Amino acid sequence: MSSKKINIALVGNPNTGKTSLFNQLTGMTQKVGNYPGITVDKKQGGCKLPDGTLAQITDLPGTYSINPNSLDESIVLETLLDTDSKDYPDLVVVVAEVENIKRNLFLFTQVQDLKIPAILVINMADQMERKGISIDLKKLKEALKTEIVLISARKKEGIEDLKQAIVNYQEVPREIPFQISGKIDVAYFNELKNSLKEFPLYKSWLLLTQKQEASFVSKTSRRILASFKKDPKKVKKYQHKETIYRYKFINDILKRTYLVDPSKAKDLRSRLDKVLTHRVFGYVIFTGILLLVFQSVFDWASVPMDWIDGFFSNLSKTVKHSLPEGVLTNLISEGIIPGIGGIVIFIPQIAILFLFVAILEETGYMSRVVFLMDKIMRRYGMSGKSVIPLISGTACAIPAIMATRNIAGWKDRLITILVTPFTTCSARLPVYAIIIALIIPETRVFGLFSLQGLVLMALYILGFAAALLAAYVLNKVLKVESKTFFIVEMPNYKLPSVKNIFFEVVEKTKAFVLGAGKIILAISIVLWFLASNGNRDFKNATQQVTEQFSESEISEEALDQKIASYKLEHSYIGVMGKLIEPAIAPLGYDWKIGIALISSFAAREVFVGTLSTIYSVGSDDEGTIKQRMAAEINPVTQKKRFNFPAGMSLMVFYAFAMQCMGTLAIVKKETKSWKWPMLQLVGMGLLAYVSALITFVLLK
Amino acid sequence: MSHTVADLHRGEQGTIESLSFDEIPLALMEMGCLPGKQVTLVQAAPMKDPMYIHVNGSHFAIRRETAERILLTKRLCDEF
Repeated sequence: MSSKKINIALVGNPNTGKTSLFNQLTGMTQKVGNYPGITVDKKQGGCKLPDGTLAQITDLPGTYSINPNSLDESIVLETLLDTDSKDYPDLVVVVAEVENIKRNLFLFTQVQDLKIPAILVINMADQMERKGISIDLKKLKEALKTEIVLISARKKEGIEDLKQAIVNYQEVPREIPFQISGKIDVAYFNELKNSLKEFPLYKSWLLLTQKQEASFVSKTSRRILASFKKDPKKVKKYQHKETIYRYKFINDILKRTYLVDPSKAKDLRSRLDKVLTHRVFGYVIFTGILLLVFQSVFDWASVPMDWIDGFFSNLSKTVKHSLPEGVLTNLISEGIIPGIGGIVIFIPQIAILFLFVAILEETGYMSRVVFLMDKIMRRYGMSGKSVIPLISGTACAIPAIMATRNIAGWKDRLITILVTPFTTCSARLPVYAIIIALIIPETRVFGLFSLQGLVLMALYILGFAAALLAAYVLNKVLKVESKTFFIVEMPNYKLPSVKNIFFEVVEKTKAFVLGAGKIILAISIVLWFLASNGNRDFKNATQQVTEQFSESEISEEALDQKIASYKLEHSYIGVMGKLIEPAIAPLGYDWKIGIALISSFAAREVFVGTLSTIYSVGSDDEGTIKQRMAAEINPVTQKKRFNFPAGMSLMVFYAFAMQCMGTLAIVKKETKSWKWPMLQLVGMGLLAYVSALITFVLLK
Repeated sequence: MSHTVADLHRGEQGTIESLSFDEIPLALMEMGCLPGKQVTLVQAAPMKDPMYIHVNGSHFAIRRETAERILLTKRLCDEF
């Protein structure tokens, strides 16, 4: 091979610090892509080895076995079996954790059985002494026929040793200490081996034990494999025997090489779990954490948000005054700058929310939440694991729906996917924030809680309640066959690593800005165009309005405003808004809000950007968007347009409606059908309309 | 009635005799839940569902319906 680049795959159980190691090896070179056809993140990065070669490192999803139980785990199987793939590893680095070495070795022996060179990394080695663990490395290396490196990824210890071990990977013995063929039905496995000589025996075995046929295997091979599958009971039995023998082999080795001094073992886990998973305190603490998270997001994000709002408003003004007048200047100052501002403004919220989610996951607390919530979620046709997508959904539904891929049962997963868009995502927050600021007074309840904060919390609860209610209905209605099996590891509690959290937050925020951001910017520009062009009335606006007011005494400034508002009314977008006005007038909206609703069907957050575009085009007053909205008057009632009933109705509409093209696209991808996203679009839309109507009528 | 993991009290231990499933979930065995191994009930959610157990070096949660199918030999110790 001319290229000296080697492919390395990181494989390991969840919670072993595999991602910490990946971050240490690749640093800022890492990229997150997609596996073809599915939305499982593919994390890759480069690493320069001591001998100058470049290694491409792939961080495979965490798994306990090569036999997959969920979508992301099947990536591990596929990567290790598809020898023709460009990502097929030259070397697998199995990452184990010092306390859970037994179960990690189970996975290690499977990888070795596939005849892929494999080395073992034991992470968190710095805690061995404190936990009273001692390992006879020399004996363990001999028994496992591999190279073993002790590291501590968090403290950057042992990373250079690992790099050196990777360089020397070809010296790793190819011997396989545990072989499936020798123990169970020798005749059966010999026949399998001889029928598919081109594959390692264990590869054939893994291929034939999977429910799904591998697409990368030739038809002839598939036919041969099928002939071994004829007795499914036998196959199952042999899988169980394999597991027992594998553990027996590992136990025998560990008895000689791995010692734990129980007197030294400090049990932080059991002390914390006594409280955190308690049948009463556990729920109290979880509720408290949720309140703290949501209150902090709103409090902390408001300062940078005001700042961003002011900054883009000023920038727009500066650009308009300093550039020569013309269409291009208008496009920049009235279309592009407010559009970008509309994206940047919720970076603080998304980042803070993902920061909390990342901390809860990193510490191991999230697994306790899964444990606490499983029974409750099951009543609604979901699983304890659905809690993580539902909480992540409060940042953005797109990564949240991707996070459902570790839910084992298809029905649980489908329901979670379908209801996640009800949770209050950060794109709804700017809509809520601006309406709350307009219609809810800035007072404190009991001198402690801000009333605005409480209303926002009520909207969060409304979102969760809608999600649960929808799940309940879907659970009754959906006829989907799926067998569920629930098993959730309770990892050790850990202090979160700043580096891991940093990458997590940056990655999720970046995905939002680049993914949803593009849509927002494009729509902002289209909207600007639609608002600054129009039919004949639009073009004759100056003449029309001047004639109309020629008799009355009116200042030049007021006349200009009348012209501008006349223009907006007769622009293309004004025509569109007016077209739907009859449909939305019962909800308390006018055609301007109608425009915002139309544009929101691409992405909710466009609401604010749209109104800012509409009002900045419609008047020369360059205050911030909030002031402009507050000044809007309903011409019929002569009251504020954004009064209490209309504002509440609008928030209810936004709480329920499926207004996110990005989410629809991801649901289509995850469910492999347009049926489900269409169901969301129509079902949520109807619910939104009816609920908003009821809200307005009741409050009017 | 046979004695199962679902009958354990919090903090109590037992030894797995067999797994009585129509189709034993492979994942359960791969997590180390194997005959002959000691199992401890660490914590149980309300109505003992799910149950948080410690077996063969692994800590994990399973639902009650699964716990009911993990048969135990006689009780080894009782904290209560």
